[in-house]
Amino acid sequence: MNEALILAAEEGANPLVPNIWEILVTLLGFAVLMFIVVKFVVPMFEKTFAERTEAIEGGLAKAEAAQAEASAALDEYKQQLIDARTEANRIREEARSEGAQILADLKAKAAAESARIMEQSQVTIEAERQAAVVSLRSEVGALATELASKIVGESLADDARSARVVDRFLDELETSQNAGAVQ
Amino acid sequence: MIALALPAANEEGFVPPTLEDMHLPEILPWGAPYGDGFGKQMLLILISVVILGWFFIVAARKGQMVPGRLQFLGEASYNFVRNSIGRDIIGEKDFRPYTPLLFSLFFFILINNLWGSIPLAQLPTTSHVGTAYALAAIVYFTWIILGIKKHGIKYFKYATVPSGVPIAILPLVVLIEIISTFLVRPITHSLRLFATMLSGHLIIMLSAAGTEFLLLEAEGLLKPLGVLTLVGGVAMFLFEVLIQVLQAYVFTLLTAIYIQGSIAAAEH
Repeated sequence: MNEALILAAEEGANPLVPNIWEILVTLLGFAVLMFIVVKFVVPMFEKTFAERTEAIEGGLAKAEAAQAEASAALDEYKQQLIDARTEANRIREEARSEGAQILADLKAKAAAESARIMEQSQVTIEAERQAAVVSLRSEVGALATELASKIVGESLADDARSARVVDRFLDELETSQNAGAVQ
Repeated sequence: MIALALPAANEEGFVPPTLEDMHLPEILPWGAPYGDGFGKQMLLILISVVILGWFFIVAARKGQMVPGRLQFLGEASYNFVRNSIGRDIIGEKDFRPYTPLLFSLFFFILINNLWGSIPLAQLPTTSHVGTAYALAAIVYFTWIILGIKKHGIKYFKYATVPSGVPIAILPLVVLIEIISTFLVRPITHSLRLFATMLSGHLIIMLSAAGTEFLLLEAEGLLKPLGVLTLVGGVAMFLFEVLIQVLQAYVFTLLTAIYIQGSIAAAEH
């Protein structure tokens, strides 16, 4: 080693004079490195970057589309909600007016029915009263006649006459009653 | 030999490290004098290519939407060069074709600088001027060819004849432009990298050699001074890591600026 040093020293090594082999090795090594970098490293990195950019931009576009869709859906729902509310109000209003109508109808119907029933019952009562009056008149006449004949001892077999008597009596009775009632 | 330590340190048998200490004997053939075969510097360059190729292929291969740790590291590294250097300097419109070159340059130089701080390797391969020349030459021809491709032969006019200069001093300005752009630029581009790496490494070698000498061989009161050189050496080591990263960045940034300058030459 010392010999080598001395040899080198004797040549008076100037640091600015290159060793030609080192130049060649440097050029060769750098060429190999450039080849690797140009052929593999840069394309692979650039491809990754491009893919990443695309993925991010694609993701952003997708998110934007999703957001637009969501907001459209929201608008639609809001619109539907408003429609539904209006519809409900309308139905409620309708039901209210219909209910009032029905109520009024029912009231009118009930009133008519009650009037009808009342009238009918009055007619019935009147008819029954007439029947009672008629039956009373005949029965009371017969009973009174029989009683009177028993009292006066006179046979009032003649029905026509007795009937007349009874009628006259009842008429008198009625007249006096009516006069009393009037007074 | 070029003595790099102060003359005072040369007393009492201290042998400072020299530039030749960075030129180790060759590996193939074993022990041959430096310059006659395949050496450590070349081996480290080839290893760096293998490491970079392997790492970035593995990191990029999966290409998952949600990256794992390795992929994330690879993407962050790639994006740093692609966006912070390529896109910011060359512009949103044109930067894409140059991403591979900038990316390869940055990480090639970065790892070859960092070899200087990695134990066992401990040799920044870019401190050998051949590597710096080679890389600067690649960049030099790249931006010149790009300029010609973009603007034709007029490119040289765009590059050397600034507009709005009085006709009287125009020849002088053109001469300066030619020298600064086409001659000085590649030299500074390569030497900046080479010189920072070489000097940084020499400083660390010197502190290491000085510390060893002071602690093991110096006598009396000089011995404790070894602690100082040790602390200083560690500080310089950490500083050197920063410089190694920074120089890789600077070299790549300048590359981007040169490329931008030649494709947009007509605009200024």
